[in-house]
Amino acid sequence: MKFKTFALFVGPSVFLMFLFIAAPLFSVFWQSFHLTKPVFETVEVETCTPGFTGQTCVVEKKTRPVFDAQGKPKTETTFVGLQSYRNLIEPDRAFPAMVDGDWTKLLTIDFWKALRFTLTFTFITLPLVIAVGFAIALAVNNTLRALRGPVIFLSLLPFIITPVIGALAIRWLFIGDGIMTALLEWWLERDIALFAQGWTIELLMLFYRVWHAAPFAFVVLYAGLQTVNQDALESAIIDGANRWERLRYIVIPHLMPLLIFISLIHLMDTYRVFEEVVGFSSQAHVISLQWLTYDFLTPDDSGSRSIGRASASAMLTMIGIAIILVPLLRRTWRDHKEG
Amino acid sequence: MKIFKLVLIAVALVASGTAQAACGFKNSVSLKSLTAGFQAWKSVTSAMAECGNFEPVLDQEFRKKQPTAFSANPALYQIGGVSNGTMVPLLNEGTIRPLDSLVTKHGQHLKPNQLIKIDGKIMAVAMMVNAQHFMYREDIFNNLGIAVPGTYGEVLAVAEKIKQAGVVDYPLGGTYKAGWNLAEEFINMYLGFGGAFFGSGNSPTVNNIEGIVTLETMKELTMYMDPEYLVSDSTYVQKQFQQGKIAMANLWATRAGAMDDAAESQVVGKVQFSSAPAPTAGNRPASTLWWDGIVIAKNISDTQAEAAFRVAMEGLDSEMVQANNADAIWLIDGYAPGKAAKGASDTAANGAVPYPASKQMGMMHTALGNGIADFLIGKKDARTALADIEAAYTTSAKEAGLL
Repeated sequence: MKFKTFALFVGPSVFLMFLFIAAPLFSVFWQSFHLTKPVFETVEVETCTPGFTGQTCVVEKKTRPVFDAQGKPKTETTFVGLQSYRNLIEPDRAFPAMVDGDWTKLLTIDFWKALRFTLTFTFITLPLVIAVGFAIALAVNNTLRALRGPVIFLSLLPFIITPVIGALAIRWLFIGDGIMTALLEWWLERDIALFAQGWTIELLMLFYRVWHAAPFAFVVLYAGLQTVNQDALESAIIDGANRWERLRYIVIPHLMPLLIFISLIHLMDTYRVFEEVVGFSSQAHVISLQWLTYDFLTPDDSGSRSIGRASASAMLTMIGIAIILVPLLRRTWRDHKEG
Repeated sequence: MKIFKLVLIAVALVASGTAQAACGFKNSVSLKSLTAGFQAWKSVTSAMAECGNFEPVLDQEFRKKQPTAFSANPALYQIGGVSNGTMVPLLNEGTIRPLDSLVTKHGQHLKPNQLIKIDGKIMAVAMMVNAQHFMYREDIFNNLGIAVPGTYGEVLAVAEKIKQAGVVDYPLGGTYKAGWNLAEEFINMYLGFGGAFFGSGNSPTVNNIEGIVTLETMKELTMYMDPEYLVSDSTYVQKQFQQGKIAMANLWATRAGAMDDAAESQVVGKVQFSSAPAPTAGNRPASTLWWDGIVIAKNISDTQAEAAFRVAMEGLDSEMVQANNADAIWLIDGYAPGKAAKGASDTAANGAVPYPASKQMGMMHTALGNGIADFLIGKKDARTALADIEAAYTTSAKEAGLL
């Protein structure tokens, strides 16, 4: 292909990628090193509010923002270096706790608490999603041809449901005296409160994610199973290999690139875990890095947002994803070079 | 198809006909409002809708959306529903307009008590007051021979008695959902103990003896609650009451009407209301006084603002109050205080103070909401939890330029 033709084909997508990916990324990077504050003044203000009997007016010193000629609050933006990162990671509290090996203390800091949950969540769901997805794929591959359509459809359902809705559905099954909790209570003959402590909520979240993400692994692996070399399988049968050996030495090596692909996608998706925290309203017990970014961006009760800390948190999330992808990407690169 | 269209036109005509009948004028400017979603707002916004061309949005997450929606130009909503707490962000960003001239023109009937004045200018029109007060199952209290508690010490004793009797699932209900609700409970109790939130120059002062006893009292109370208290908000507690699962709670006055709503409540006529208990004898009640009312956006044309104000006045008229008397403690003419109003007015009479709304209080409220759960579930002791809350507040206050 001529370079000009190539450039014409690729140009629009490069432009859009720059506009929608690189530019926002740079903006977040810039904002994580800057802080925009409104300017305040302290003045005496009279405020009148209704009481039950009559109006009460009080004159008090209040801190209030300064407005410019257009009626917008005045703001000033300053370069603060790593301040937002420091406010997020809280090294003054985190590092001594790490040196002492005092994990409970470390995990009371939002960022570390979120990191702990994000990492365990990511690495516990990964093998489960692959195992469950693979098991469904094998099962579907071995069912009657006539049944395959409906079975595939049923297995895909959790994947089709909007994540937040799926999470809410599971939450309502279990919260308070939900149907499932009531059933468990009746079966075990004891009082159960699944939303009263962190670990049970975490279990529900893990269950939800595996339920939601396994169909993706299933679809990819099922497609892969259709391309396994039948001759090789037949020769293995003649050589006396049992079902497990055929799986171990022929099918899995054949599916390896797909397994790596699923792992890559799953790691990227799960490190950004967010819907579960909102859906299960688990904020009091467990939070994730992505939720932390969202929380900084949400206006607090005074209407202010921590854009600086949100940007820092977003940058660190990106760096985190890059780090956990390194081993898989290295392997793919090596295979690519060997191939 | 033609018949279908004719029917549609007929329905529209009938609808607009009734609208004109109930509303004093026909609104021709397209208007939207963003308010909280509790019953009083439903009543008010449906009364406003009678004027036509009006689309209410009722959303319990309004506090997160309002600041941004109002700072857009033109503003996404013309009418906002606020309370003393949620008005602060709008004031700080200068996105609501003074209402003095509109009140002179269309609001002569308003009581002076309804006009919220900031620095001499009317910035909001209040429609109701709200406070948390004590609600209890009169039948259970009578059967067990229990007197209505006046302090939290007595509440705990009563809770123990009810627990022993085993008449309900949990003796106590509480709006302890992590975040805004939990912080509100702390603020009520802390103010009841006489604590102060800020020292000189907006520095935080909650890490003190009042803070610690507040946290400890809260923890003792949770022993008598549903163990899932960290996800229980006002609606959850209201339902627990309605389904007969709890015997008492310190709950919002706006939730009182629902107790006697035969359509959803199994305890009609059994719930009584009294003043919010004080932390200990001689303190003020652990409750804060709130008002709810309307504001008008700044970034809209004067014609829109006038129409919005007139529509809002239709929503806040005596007709609406008479039709929905039990929904709230209205400040509007025509309100007849019912049994539900007693608890809240007793709370006020016993010296509960208005919620101390300000920018720094908003930040403190958020820091408290995020930090208290760690103490309640035993991850931190009281002093550490309070120190961390102060640190979180300091960080946000510094970022916002207050410190």
